[in-house]
Amino acid sequence: MTGSLFRSYSESDALRSDRSAGDRLRHRQKVREAIRENVADIVAEESIIGQSRDKIIKVPIRGVREYHFIFGEESPGVGSGQGDSQPGQVIAETEGAQSGGKAGSQPGVDYYETEITLEELADIMFEDLELPDMERKKLREVPVESLRKRKGFRRVGVRAHLDKRRTAMARIRRKLAAHAHPASELGAGRFPFHRDDLKYRHIVRDLRFQSNAVVLCIMDTSGSMETMKKYLARSFFFLLYQFVRTRYNNVQVVFIAHDAQAREVNEEEFFTKGGSGGTIISSGYQKALEIIKERFHPSLWNVYAFHCSDGDNWSQDNPAALRAAQELAEVCNLFGYGEIKPLNSGSYGDTLLELFEKIEATNFHALMIENKEDIWPGFKQLLLRERAAETVDYP
Amino acid sequence: MARNWTIRDLEYWDARIQEKVREFGLECFSQEFEVCDHEQMLGCMAYHGMPAHYPHWSFGKAYEKLKTLYSYGVSGLPYEMVINATPSLAYLMRDNSLCLQILTIAHVYGHNDFFRNNFTFRNTRPELAISHFKLRADRVRRYVEDPSIGQQRVEEILDAAHALSLQCRRDTAIRKLSRNEQRERALVDAIPPRDPYAGIHKPREYHAPDLNKLPLEPEEDILLFIAEYQPYIGEWQKDLLRIVHDESQYFIPQIETKIMNEGWASYWHHQIMNSLELPEDLHLEFLIHHNQVVRSHPGGLNPYYLGFKLWEDIRRRYDNVQPSGAAEHPIVSDRREKIFEVRETDRDVSFLRRFLTEQLMREMDLFEYRHEQGQMVISQISDTDHWESVRDSLLRNVGMATVPVIRIVDADFDHNRVLLLRHEHDGRDLQREYLEKTLGYVYRLWGRQVLLETTISGKRVTFSCNNGGFGEIKPEAAERRQQYD
Repeated sequence: MTGSLFRSYSESDALRSDRSAGDRLRHRQKVREAIRENVADIVAEESIIGQSRDKIIKVPIRGVREYHFIFGEESPGVGSGQGDSQPGQVIAETEGAQSGGKAGSQPGVDYYETEITLEELADIMFEDLELPDMERKKLREVPVESLRKRKGFRRVGVRAHLDKRRTAMARIRRKLAAHAHPASELGAGRFPFHRDDLKYRHIVRDLRFQSNAVVLCIMDTSGSMETMKKYLARSFFFLLYQFVRTRYNNVQVVFIAHDAQAREVNEEEFFTKGGSGGTIISSGYQKALEIIKERFHPSLWNVYAFHCSDGDNWSQDNPAALRAAQELAEVCNLFGYGEIKPLNSGSYGDTLLELFEKIEATNFHALMIENKEDIWPGFKQLLLRERAAETVDYP
Repeated sequence: MARNWTIRDLEYWDARIQEKVREFGLECFSQEFEVCDHEQMLGCMAYHGMPAHYPHWSFGKAYEKLKTLYSYGVSGLPYEMVINATPSLAYLMRDNSLCLQILTIAHVYGHNDFFRNNFTFRNTRPELAISHFKLRADRVRRYVEDPSIGQQRVEEILDAAHALSLQCRRDTAIRKLSRNEQRERALVDAIPPRDPYAGIHKPREYHAPDLNKLPLEPEEDILLFIAEYQPYIGEWQKDLLRIVHDESQYFIPQIETKIMNEGWASYWHHQIMNSLELPEDLHLEFLIHHNQVVRSHPGGLNPYYLGFKLWEDIRRRYDNVQPSGAAEHPIVSDRREKIFEVRETDRDVSFLRRFLTEQLMREMDLFEYRHEQGQMVISQISDTDHWESVRDSLLRNVGMATVPVIRIVDADFDHNRVLLLRHEHDGRDLQREYLEKTLGYVYRLWGRQVLLETTISGKRVTFSCNNGGFGEIKPEAAERRQQYD
């Protein structure tokens, strides 16, 4: 054996050798995929409803675990102590035992979770969703100013926009042209930049036009909507609201709360305030129609209306509600009705689903929400991009 | 930490260490050192230290995990990383102090000697290791770039293969019989043994063995078996399975000798450093680092600690021969001969079984723990009545003993090309969720129904996985299997 070889550290190697970059990228993609698959579970977690968009949430991930055949936790392990170990002594809490009620029953092996902000989560969730049947309403397209974009080059501009490469090229071009002229007085010496050489990037604001759209959130806040029902309804609207805010720049949202009477409320009231009283659903619809008529005429606006209720309407109001619903369906691009019937809510009451079967409009959709796991699938069903195509195929 | 050394210093100390290495009788491959920063070290660790390695997202995950642990200070970085190759390749951290570098170099020679001499490494072909890894990486990259294959399909195979990578023969020192040899053995085994009381016994009948059975003997190399006998699998897929198999074959000796290997390297760096006559400040710093490396981790088990203690003890016991040691083990004249013999002929399981004494276990306060209602509770400690059972528990938690033994029993079960696997139950049940997912991977590779026989809470159960998903098989099916047997 002779002297060993030492290779010293070199900075340039270190800069080039980020060898795991590709695999890290792929891993992150897998994490994202895994989150998407688990969105229903995540949404069902109460903690995200009504949170601010910067909130960081922990998302458990299954997809990126690496599975092998392993032994269960019943098999004992061996450790070393400090000389005072006694049988029966507790040495540690098993990981994950603190969280959730079913402590210890499930092994916490390789429990993997990642942290993302609610905003990122919203991005992932709403990737394939859109407001269906968005039409271009010709008359009032609202200009939406989006990012600035480049548009060619100019001779004048601010220093920061100077394009050095083009400027240098212009100078070289001018230099060659000058030397091609034997008559030129210019010597072989310095050949400075000229004002004409300077090229600046021209940057303009990109104006785009987007169709107008308004989303009407109508929620039943009557006395029969107890905590659980209200929670489910709010979860639904929370998703809807996040979705609209994530995907559309310029969509207006109107909140309407109704019991026996309807009133327009702001976002905060809508998501936080409770209510009481009887239920006259037609009042909510009338209010919606009124607002549409006043501010969002269907010839100019894409209108989307969503209503959540427990279906426990004052029975004499039913014909009026049906009429109003039909009317709403006529003016709206999509009118969705979600009936909240928690499984063990006791008083099952009436249902409007049967009544609403009479509505023939293809843009009316009713769905039943029985528990929090139903919210996301129902929501997706309403807004899935392909849905529009399907309704054409099977009207 | 400001660097207080140059490459020249390292070369000087390396020469002195090598003198000692020769003096102590260690036999090493030639050694190369590469100085790297912490990012490179993390990258190295994620790819098992290999300079070239095929890409797969799991290494990206490993990197992220290591980096997170490192940047939150949960775990420090190792001082070095050595690769079993010839010339052996080791990485030194740029930011370590001179003392740590000297310590590390001495430590590296310990590993190097162990790689070269321990019997489990005999078949790892260290002279080709690095180029083999490079070739495999090139092949996998080619499949990824091939437009008719692509990343997705390569990943599907690699994900499944990684799940089964350790489901292979553990003892690479024993040659695997070829199918023809297995056939011959089956024929010989079928002949009834000579019976000295043939006159009064009913003569045993000769049952012709089924020589077409697949596999003839239960097969542990699941990936190799699938690569060979799955009829609809393409060449590139077979190649991927073999690549994963070959890699795990290369790493199994390191899994099998973790405690011995780390203990051996620690023992020798200790010896070498003490004999180097270091200046006082370096020596004191060395003692601090050394004690950190080989200290006990209460509640856990530090392989450096355990290995170091054992090697020291072996040397002490075979040096001044004591009655207790002498009775159990042959007395060896040269005190060093014994440890050199052990480093060659043992692996962790046999090493611990042979040399972990009651006294040592008491000294280290080894105990067995179990999981009870979300807590880890000590069930037995190393006292007179229980030390052997604690030791046996330990033996099941080292090396490949932590991987369940699962064998292919029949590849044409029910004459339907159903793959039947059997878990050799040793008192430890399989983890249900992992079983389900991993069996799914076997199904993905095999392409037909896959069955797994195991025992859960004392009951025999058979799990099945096919395109209908995962489930437990009803007893009738199991009975039918017995008739078939």
